[in-house]
Amino acid sequence: MSDIVISAKDLGLTFQTGDGPIHALKDVNLDVRQGDFVSFIGPSGCGKTTFLRVMADLEQPTAGTITVNGTSPEEARRARAYGYVFQAAGLYPWRTIGGNIRLPLEIMGYSRDEQARRTADVLELVELGGFEKKYPWQLSGGMQQRASIARALAFDADLLLMDEPFGALDEIVRDHLNEQLLKLWDRTGKTICFVTHSIPEAVYLSTRIVVMSPRPGRIADVIESPLPRERPLDIRDSREFIEIAHRVRDGLRAGHGDD
Amino acid sequence: MGWLLGAVAAWLIGWQINSRLARRPLSRATAFAGPVIFGLTVILIWECLVRGLDISPVLLPPPSQIIQTFGASLPLLWRDFVQTVVKGALTGYVLGCSAAVLLAVAIDRFPFLKRGLLPVGSFMAALPIIGLAPILVMWFGFDWQSKAAVVVVMVFFPMLVNTVEGLSDTGAMQRDLMRTYAAGYWKTLFKLRLPAAMPFIFNGLKIATTLALIGAIVAEFFGSPTKGMGFRISISVGQLAMDLVWAEIVVAAIAGSAFYGAIALLEKTLTFWHPSQRGRM
Repeated sequence: MSDIVISAKDLGLTFQTGDGPIHALKDVNLDVRQGDFVSFIGPSGCGKTTFLRVMADLEQPTAGTITVNGTSPEEARRARAYGYVFQAAGLYPWRTIGGNIRLPLEIMGYSRDEQARRTADVLELVELGGFEKKYPWQLSGGMQQRASIARALAFDADLLLMDEPFGALDEIVRDHLNEQLLKLWDRTGKTICFVTHSIPEAVYLSTRIVVMSPRPGRIADVIESPLPRERPLDIRDSREFIEIAHRVRDGLRAGHGDD
Repeated sequence: MGWLLGAVAAWLIGWQINSRLARRPLSRATAFAGPVIFGLTVILIWECLVRGLDISPVLLPPPSQIIQTFGASLPLLWRDFVQTVVKGALTGYVLGCSAAVLLAVAIDRFPFLKRGLLPVGSFMAALPIIGLAPILVMWFGFDWQSKAAVVVVMVFFPMLVNTVEGLSDTGAMQRDLMRTYAAGYWKTLFKLRLPAAMPFIFNGLKIATTLALIGAIVAEFFGSPTKGMGFRISISVGQLAMDLVWAEIVVAAIAGSAFYGAIALLEKTLTFWHPSQRGRM
């Protein structure tokens, strides 16, 4: 088995709207390897979220091919190959935190014991032990988002797709969650695709940074990060970090040059 | 003259007590006492005015007489209550509401039903009950079955519309989430859409409680066995026995409030998570 998890070739997606076609993605070529932490960064309208949704079989490409685990995105979705974290936590208010995390497990037919064990495990992983019986609306936004990550982790898919999961949170909570996410990635060895519009977040988290530009949505630059796997928060003051951040910014600016 | 002064006194005293209560911090006791005192004051004034102005009991009997009649005809009232509320209204309510929910699920599943059946539903809702009731009495006989049928017709539409509305009240993200789990139609229905529709369903259920009671009582005006609240009201009016009419109204008021209260209580326990209920836990 190859270690390529996601492979996109000449991928394109055009939305037909009343104002004419919108090229959300055009000629996108990218391979994501097993264990990669890939960030997608770019201004709004660059197709980063659309790309993630295509991987998850929530949107259908109109050109090119994409495979997830060597199969079509639909087969991957049916095989429950990935966990998806949305921009908002989207927890069901009628279920407790534990109940929300059990939701995918119930749907996928895990036994009761297994549900309880996995729920306890992932709650521990996102440091929400003891909050199992609380309702989502009794928790802060950051805790809700952590619970939604736990929910995506519960069925232990090897691939994690995250769409600006920390976009709505304040800087301090965000730093903390970034740190936790890195630890989790390091511990579990999962492949993570992460959409963001924050340069420091992308540089801090990723092994590879995919810079995208809009109209049509396309890849402007792919940056391999030389940073080590072990990343304390203050690595953000290092010279290497700042250099990568510069390169990302340059890529973003180049993409913006045409408007 | 003494009775009229009594009416004024009752008004002033009730007013005094309640305005004093209103100035005290809100607690369970004051929140409960306010409406009770208001109600008692209204009844006292009513009693005094009817007696003081010597109003004919045919126009308005005094509350004391209504209470007396109520106490004296308890077995009769109970029999009417069972006939009208338990057999007619409740049966029709359960049948009508569950049929509406099932049909709403079907309508939601097959959009062509939505185009075909929703207009039929609104047509049924537009039918006047006094036109419909005699027909249903002809079809289903004089006993409670025809009353239940009238209730079914009355509660069906509000229940249907509310449930259809509720089933479409899920966000795109919540549906996407179920899709990423590769959850099928039924799992999505039971784990996401029905729970999300609960506040809407309870809205329908609450509206339907009052409609069910009205339907069951009014339908009895068009033929019924010699029992039932509607039957009793129409007979007693003919006999100018207004105290018994009023006693039946008291029964209807108590039954209606209890019915509505029970559904509201159930709503509070089942949709405690909804923002409209959260503050009241």
